[in-house]
Amino acid sequence: MKATIHNALALTLMLALASVARAGTLEDVQARGVLNCVVSTGVAGFAYPDDAGEWHGFDVDFCRATAAAVLGDPKAIKAVTSTGKTRFTLLNAGEGDVLWRNTTITFSRDVGVKLRFHGVNYYDGQGFMVPKALGVSSAKELDGASVCIQTGTTTELNLADYFHSNGMKYEAVTIETNDEARQNYLAGRCDVYTTDASGLAATRSTFTNPDDHVVLPEIISKEPLGPATRHGDDQWSDIVTWVLNATVTAEEKGVTSANVDEMRSSSKDPEVLRLLGAEGNQGAELGLEADWAYNIIKSVGNYGEIFERNIGVNTPIGLARGLNALWTDGGLQYSPPFR
Amino acid sequence: MAAVPIEDRGLLARLWGNQETRSVIVQIATMAIVFALLALVLRNVAINLEAIGKEFSFDFLTAPAAYDITFSPFIDYTSRDTHFTAAAVGILNTLLVAVCGIAAASVLGVTMGILRLSRNWLVNRIVYVFLEFTRNVPVLLHILLVHGIVVTTLPPPRRAIDLGGTAFVSNRGFFAPSPVFEEGSGIVAAVFVIAVVAALAFRRWAKRVQVETGKIYSVFWICTAIIGGATAVAFLALGAPLSWDLPALKGFNFQGGLALRPEFLALWLALSYYTACFIAEIVRAGILAVSHGQTEAAYALGLRPNRNLQLVVLPQALRIIVPPLVSQYLNLTKNSSLAIAIGYMDIVATIGGISLMQTGKEMETMLIVLGVYLVFSLLISAFMNWFNRSIRYKER
Ligand SMILES: N[C@@H](CCC(=O)N[C@@H](CS)C(=O)NCC(=O)O)C(=O)O
Repeated sequence: MKATIHNALALTLMLALASVARAGTLEDVQARGVLNCVVSTGVAGFAYPDDAGEWHGFDVDFCRATAAAVLGDPKAIKAVTSTGKTRFTLLNAGEGDVLWRNTTITFSRDVGVKLRFHGVNYYDGQGFMVPKALGVSSAKELDGASVCIQTGTTTELNLADYFHSNGMKYEAVTIETNDEARQNYLAGRCDVYTTDASGLAATRSTFTNPDDHVVLPEIISKEPLGPATRHGDDQWSDIVTWVLNATVTAEEKGVTSANVDEMRSSSKDPEVLRLLGAEGNQGAELGLEADWAYNIIKSVGNYGEIFERNIGVNTPIGLARGLNALWTDGGLQYSPPFR
Repeated sequence: MAAVPIEDRGLLARLWGNQETRSVIVQIATMAIVFALLALVLRNVAINLEAIGKEFSFDFLTAPAAYDITFSPFIDYTSRDTHFTAAAVGILNTLLVAVCGIAAASVLGVTMGILRLSRNWLVNRIVYVFLEFTRNVPVLLHILLVHGIVVTTLPPPRRAIDLGGTAFVSNRGFFAPSPVFEEGSGIVAAVFVIAVVAALAFRRWAKRVQVETGKIYSVFWICTAIIGGATAVAFLALGAPLSWDLPALKGFNFQGGLALRPEFLALWLALSYYTACFIAEIVRAGILAVSHGQTEAAYALGLRPNRNLQLVVLPQALRIIVPPLVSQYLNLTKNSSLAIAIGYMDIVATIGGISLMQTGKEMETMLIVLGVYLVFSLLISAFMNWFNRSIRYKER
């Protein structure tokens, strides 16, 4: 970790000296040949580098999907790592083109921080994790506990509200990254680790003995996590919005990375044909190639594939689809039509 | 080039030819460039903020901060207080660790500097190795190291090390009894102040006697006796108006008493011993710079080594030590911004961290942070300049 004050200062200076990219993000990205994605510093299953330095994960796959749509190449990405605290400044200072980083859509981020949000790629809520040995079975029993939280997140605000409204006290142990929080939690600096439930599952999966820890039943907030871009570039906003929608629509229509070629040539469904660029000119209207969505599905897969591959029940993270099932299966994932 | 007589050249060339006016012109030009750059930066800020649709305003300072700061020893802060109050908490926390750090670093630094000159080979080497190791590892690592040691090697609260049932050591911090002042303790405090004044008066008187007659009183012990004795008598006479709030394990944590949390402890200790190592070298250099003849002269007059150090060497060394000491104090203060690495809630972590993030006011919050550090630095410099002047050679 670098000296954060210098980080923050440098970013502020960037706002002062550089001229922030305004319209034309698409042209910039295409000229550069690489898509810069703001991602986290590392959360198992969501965004993490392997030994070779290649990034993987649920959020990273959406970054790759964006690169596939814009550049035709899911590998043409650069991960710009950010802590909870630096992510928006990095985006606003033009260091990243788009943010895919466990980020909750809130009023103040949309209106105050001036971000553009483009839908929800993971419906989440804040939970609590404690060691089993503590014998706690409900968050209501946490009065007086020490709680590890990540700074610059919605987590710390929800926590303050939750304890305040339940008349409980706690010691806030404020930490910068998920990894440091994990270390402090395991060392016993805090009794409880609280963050998005998905993040808890991801963090728990990295423990030597995951079964020694339980996630408490209370979910104390709504955390709709989704991608963000800067204000002022409508074309780019549209692209990110429809990249996400394309993955969901593909799942709704049964288009997968395995059958996408077949579907493009032989589907009878006009919406599938429009989506895959076999009919109409939606790609051109976005400023992209006709096969932009085809490239996404072919290389990264549809929403369900991305989910199951990275964080699904058959991975160490083991998350059920839950709220993130398609609306037709009782979940909330629902794409506006490609029409 | 053929020499043209000065009076035949143009006005500008003539002004340029004059060394004094030339330097004025250069200065004006430099200022113009600086201001032009500044204007450019400000314009850029305005344009960039406008481009992302943000306005420059400090209004957010009056909105509720909505986050908790557990470590707030001076202000009773809750998440319902404003960003402004949160900033104040951060400023006081920065100030606390800076003041404690400067005090500890000075004591430790002077001690190590003197030990470094010790004729005892072992002592000398041990200090030397410690200094070299410490100075060559970045201070951030020291902070993380101390924090890591406290958090991972000490036992959790339930198995805390019990020091006689009154104080406890755990990985959540050190807990000690805190004094509770009861009725009448104000009088004791007043007696204490009066005793201090009396002791100071005695010291002046003793000094005059020494100058006039050569008689030396053991000022230190007598002063201690005056202050300690008077306060103790008042304390007992008023029926010991003081009780202790003992820390006790309640639920997850110790409640009550005085708590030294791992974050404060780690930051304070690491900044102190790291800076102390630099101070030690400054002190050593300062002492070595005092000519050995001074020491020989003092010995010839019959002064003992301790007195020599105290009366002859240190006062002269101090004049050499103080100026570089200032920059060490400034470094310590600025290094305290590394607090966030371990979650100590200083000015950078509060207004420059959480508030920045929650409101998206990068420019405004960073300006506040910069301003605060600037003021701290100027204050330290001003104080040290004053101190430096007060220890200058006085012409008699
Ligand atoms: N959704 C919340 C919290 C996001 C968050 O910071 N989550 C953690 C835990 S899942 C994380 O992504 N950490 C990654 C890192 O430390 O780089 C927000 O947007 O503020």
